[in-house]
Amino acid sequence: MKFAPSCIAMALALAMPVSALAADEADLRAIREQIAALKAQYEQRISQLEQRLQQAEEKAASRPVAAAESAPIAAPAIIQTAPASSEGTFNPGMSLILSGTYGQMRQDPAIPVTGFAMNANNPNATQGFSLKESELGISANIDPRFRGTATLALAPAGGVTVENAYVDALALGSGLNLRFGRFFSGLGYLNEQHAHAWDFVDQPLVYRTLWDNQLGEDGLQARWLAPTDMYIELGGEIGRGRSFPGTDRQNRNGTGAGVIFAHIGDEIGTDHNWRAGASLHETKRIDAVSTGVPDLWGTPGGVTDQFSGNSRTYGLDFVWKYAPNGNSSLTNLKLQAEYFRRKQNGLLTYNFGMPGAVTDGYAVTQSGWYLQSVWQFMPHWRVGLRYDQLDPGNASVGALNTANVIANYGFTPKRTTAMLDYSPSEFSRVRLQAARDQSRQGLSDTQIFLQYVMSLGAHGAHKF
Amino acid sequence: MKTLLNILSAALLLACALPAQAALNVFACEPEWAALVQELAGDKASVYAATNALQDPHRVDARPSLIAKARRAQLVVCTGAELETAWLPVILREAGNPDVAPGKPGYFEAASQVAMREVPSRLDRAEGDIHPFGNPHIQLDARNFLPIAQALTQRLAALDPANAATYRARLDTFSQKWREALLRWEKQAAPLKGVAIVVQHKAFPYLEAWLGMKEVAALEPKPGMEPSAAYLSQLVGQLQQHPAKMILRAGYQSPKSSDWLAERTQLKIVTLSFSVGGSDAAKDLFGLFDDTLARLLAGLK
Repeated sequence: MKFAPSCIAMALALAMPVSALAADEADLRAIREQIAALKAQYEQRISQLEQRLQQAEEKAASRPVAAAESAPIAAPAIIQTAPASSEGTFNPGMSLILSGTYGQMRQDPAIPVTGFAMNANNPNATQGFSLKESELGISANIDPRFRGTATLALAPAGGVTVENAYVDALALGSGLNLRFGRFFSGLGYLNEQHAHAWDFVDQPLVYRTLWDNQLGEDGLQARWLAPTDMYIELGGEIGRGRSFPGTDRQNRNGTGAGVIFAHIGDEIGTDHNWRAGASLHETKRIDAVSTGVPDLWGTPGGVTDQFSGNSRTYGLDFVWKYAPNGNSSLTNLKLQAEYFRRKQNGLLTYNFGMPGAVTDGYAVTQSGWYLQSVWQFMPHWRVGLRYDQLDPGNASVGALNTANVIANYGFTPKRTTAMLDYSPSEFSRVRLQAARDQSRQGLSDTQIFLQYVMSLGAHGAHKF
Repeated sequence: MKTLLNILSAALLLACALPAQAALNVFACEPEWAALVQELAGDKASVYAATNALQDPHRVDARPSLIAKARRAQLVVCTGAELETAWLPVILREAGNPDVAPGKPGYFEAASQVAMREVPSRLDRAEGDIHPFGNPHIQLDARNFLPIAQALTQRLAALDPANAATYRARLDTFSQKWREALLRWEKQAAPLKGVAIVVQHKAFPYLEAWLGMKEVAALEPKPGMEPSAAYLSQLVGQLQQHPAKMILRAGYQSPKSSDWLAERTQLKIVTLSFSVGGSDAAKDLFGLFDDTLARLLAGLK
């Protein structure tokens, strides 16, 4: 710090334009005087600062006694002012989520939900001990305009997938938020939540089958918050249609999927808060191949079908939270429900890639919903109950395929799940979950899970 | 799609139709700062308190209503020092209002104006829910309000220069009244000097430092951790050897462990208002400290 004045003098000298060198003696003297004055001023300020620091240190050292005997009216001396909050120096905030389960079930969890063999089917459940994805999160402000966030999922079997990697534009103002990169879509309520924030070990069946647990997108998201007392948010996304039901538009320009959504919410007194939303998702499924699809002939192991066509999904979501006096850290109750309904129509090729493949029209409307409630009955302890139901729909199958493709499964997949979790701190949670699973015809099952979710490092705030 | 567009255009129209706000829109994270802004700005500001005194300020949901309020705020006044780290960052980001982003004139942290206590020398989550910048419950040392009020007035004047004179005049009145009140409170609090206390959560170091009380134990073995039965019974033993006078807790905390201890040790429980609105008597900042002292003195008897 002592070098500062001479540094400044040097910098000033260097910054002098060449013409200054030619200036006459008087000018030079004036400059020297100015520099000397500047130097003196800085040195004075530095010695003042040093003096203050010394005083502060002395006060800090004698604080335990001084605090009790301090003069009655003097405001406490500034001993150490807290710097404005930041995420560590210039290092980004880092977090790591560790999670694992023990699963006990009779049926193979990989068997798809009846009527949804052409959908996504990742049950997120394993028999016996298993490690879940370890989630590595990194985020920081990039500059005054942008903030970057990346979430990398380390798969238990090895390999890294980029779950999220997006940039938020911060400085737009007027309630506008722009996000680009890879992100979880803002549709519905649960879709944006990361696995470590789920209230149950697994996602509701409707998310598993219609969104492959979570709809991720590579693209652009814009949201606008109305300047009203009530929370009104409108948003839209366009992207490549990376994840199911999109088919990852490849080697094509343009967009592969679009979403619009609206959320409204408010508080009622201090105890109640709610948010409701509606969303619409559209994509084109191109050459979507599904294996192991049951057919009317009862082919062992099913057949391979290919579908190309439009997919349009409507969704409704609602969440209500209650906490006496708004003090949710003591006790709180959360009730949430979501409904999705998807219409698909296009061309289906039965027995794709085999001799005797048949292509004809195919249209189906599938839907599903869940209702769940989680109650924190005392600090650190919560219980939850969830009911799930799906409707595989009644497909209209083109004439050429009416003898091959199952149009109506005549089965309603459902599941009831209960859980109990204990969180010793904000950063750790263990959970016991039991589910009565009737999502697969003739294969009803009781599924028990033990799970831990731990979070290390900087942990960002969660959304409502 | 069409309906959505209709909603969008309706909302835009509504936004344009809103009258220009005359008063400065202030979003206060905690009720004590809402009360302070009220003292300094009077009817020149319209203040919204995001939390009440019965809520745990560490743990608040990033509620939709808070995001809507932050969207229109011209000034956000919070404790800072990471007290609100679990909810405020997401609210400020979602609000799409860069004027109140940290570092901007529209964002004010009270903790930057005062001396922080209990700045941890060891930053490790094994120490519980600790705050790297020091204990954030700065509002219980009444002396802290003088420098905070001064800095806040400067901020108000900078954001709303038209009313700067009003803010400065109100600051003078407030500071004058506050100094008088400090003399009164410190006189009243004389019997509390050196009194041994047990705290439920480490929420009172500023109060202790101000009034000279001595914290001999905390019911939470580590900040934010529930005490185990073994820890509590060890505490009972410790308190038999080194007796204390009362247990301090804030209204938002679970009464369970302090009730348990009070039953076994005959210690008096003193539930403090903790902030403005925490009790009927704590209607404003002056009421908060009148009430706090009355409760502490009642605990002595």
